[in-house]
Amino acid sequence: MSESSPLLAPPSTWEEFTEGLWKRNPVFVMVLGMCPTLAVTVSAVNSLSMGVATTFVLAASCFLVSALRKLIPKEVRIATYIVIIATFVTVTDYAIQAISLDLYEALGAYIQLIVANCLVLGRAEAHAARNPPLAATMNAIGMGLGFTLSLVMIGGVREILGAGAFFGFSLFGPNFQPWVVMVLPPGGFFVMAGWLLLFSIVRRRAQMRAQENERARAAAETSGACHGA
Amino acid sequence: MSASDNTPQVDAAAHATPTFTLLRALSVVSAICGLIIVGSYLLTLDRAKDNRRLASERAVIKVLPDAKSVKPWLALANGDVVPAGEGDPPTGAVRFYAAYDANGHLDGVAAEGAAKGYADTVRVMFGYRKACQCIVGFGVVSMRETPGIGDKIITDKDFLANFKALDVKLTEDLAGLANEVKVVKHGTKAQGWQIDAISGSTVTSRAVGKGINDAAQILLPRLVPKIDRLEKQ
Amino acid sequence: MARESLWQILLTTILSGNFVLAMFLGMCPFLGVTHSVSVAFPLGLATTFVIVIASLSAYLLNWVLGLAHLEFLRLICYIVVIASAVQLVEMYVKKNYPPLFRALGIYLPLITTNCAVLGVALFQTARDYDFMQSITFAIGGGVGFTLALVLLASVRERVELADVPESVQGTVLVLMLAGVLSLAFMGFAGLGGGA
Repeated sequence: MSESSPLLAPPSTWEEFTEGLWKRNPVFVMVLGMCPTLAVTVSAVNSLSMGVATTFVLAASCFLVSALRKLIPKEVRIATYIVIIATFVTVTDYAIQAISLDLYEALGAYIQLIVANCLVLGRAEAHAARNPPLAATMNAIGMGLGFTLSLVMIGGVREILGAGAFFGFSLFGPNFQPWVVMVLPPGGFFVMAGWLLLFSIVRRRAQMRAQENERARAAAETSGACHGA
Repeated sequence: MSASDNTPQVDAAAHATPTFTLLRALSVVSAICGLIIVGSYLLTLDRAKDNRRLASERAVIKVLPDAKSVKPWLALANGDVVPAGEGDPPTGAVRFYAAYDANGHLDGVAAEGAAKGYADTVRVMFGYRKACQCIVGFGVVSMRETPGIGDKIITDKDFLANFKALDVKLTEDLAGLANEVKVVKHGTKAQGWQIDAISGSTVTSRAVGKGINDAAQILLPRLVPKIDRLEKQ
Repeated sequence: MARESLWQILLTTILSGNFVLAMFLGMCPFLGVTHSVSVAFPLGLATTFVIVIASLSAYLLNWVLGLAHLEFLRLICYIVVIASAVQLVEMYVKKNYPPLFRALGIYLPLITTNCAVLGVALFQTARDYDFMQSITFAIGGGVGFTLALVLLASVRERVELADVPESVQGTVLVLMLAGVLSLAFMGFAGLGGGA
């Protein structure tokens, strides 16, 4: 809840947009919305569709919440947010039924479970409720795209390892022996853990390098100071 | 909580928001949401219905490849057979599809069966022909079986060969199947009504057999005496 | 449709179709509050209780909506009714059973936003369960949830003092443990199935 400090200049629209993409990526950094992240990422297509659906719900609800923010009294705000989110999830549910029945069957009840995705309610409460519609929507789209990106990253790895394909295109030819466990539930946990591990190693490397630089600079300054004296 | 930091107008009123304001906010939001939902429902209703119809037609044509047109029917609990209309079917009715060839003659009948498989329910579609009193085609409507193991039921040639002419003859008095459709161990199929299981996918194979058997036991006794009624489109 | 027997549903939801390990419902508490068994167990029980309440109200609600042909309002009604039902239960328990409330108190609000609670309502509707089946599904789901939570918590208590590489600590470790647990639970698949 500390992100929009009144002391700082309000972030530009572009910053609003890019915040969720990587720096505060909802899945890998904030670890939000794990249900769909692990449940539907058996293939890149499913992940992409789930990501797009969530992005739509997020952007539309944040827009409406932000547009109505002066009208909504504090006492009933959570209830109203939930109703608004449920509305757009229902819309998405019908839209997917109309677009592709196969996709609808593949995602199943997890489309409707977007309602319970903490990411959506979290953004509505923490950002949209106190920012003008444009900023709120841009931030929501950025967060949604960040969510989609991480879903596709997980789904892509699971599909490549577990089915030897990417977006349905076979990669390794017919002799590939798929690593079936990757498209089964345990694979979701393992791939997610793998990505987090990778990021944590990269972050530690960067930290260590920064510390070394810091130390080197400090050493240089001390020696400089000595010379000056 | 810092939640009210930059919403002073709400904060000031927070101590005593009048009931009227609460009600007004809630009704405005509900009205907007209601409009959005009903609008999208009406917009997508036809498309969704078309998709469903197309999907079931595709499934029927997969099990009865000669079919050119498909019509849904209902076999009612009292033994009557009527074309399926709009709305919910009456309780106990079984839905099936009549498939017609290019000349409009009845090619066969397709119906759905379901049984619990390894991971979840396996829903299957099967095609029935009157001439041989047998099941002539088989397809999976939906399943979540283990990839590479359970889903062999749609790729394994030996398994699919079971459904070229699976015997589902009725007893003399048309009360049920003369021989229950039964899944047997791989390589031991000896009778026309037996299904040769895939070794290694026993549970899924059994689910297919059970799904077909359960559906056929209910549908065929109702359908066979009245099957000529399907001819007149 | 072949009807699943109650025993089948119970077995499936507890073991092979475990809410957490196979359907990924309720991941937040699963990753967040499994530091120790003494927290995980009461949370599991409280969630079971709420899931059953949610399942009951969803069943009644679905019936009412079906009568009125308002199926397109299902999701919105589910979430509002379930949230209010949980609130009512919370108030009732607080007034009449203060010790129980103290035991559950902090967890109840958390549970409302648990997707397992909404999930049970949505899955029982999608699968066309009747009344007894819905209740069984809910109880099984809750017990399975508790089982998964307690198992993970006890494993985590044991690796607490283990010497783990720094990069693996935290969420990564929990996810890996959860993956192994999920792998183990897959061995139960097929239990409730067969002819």
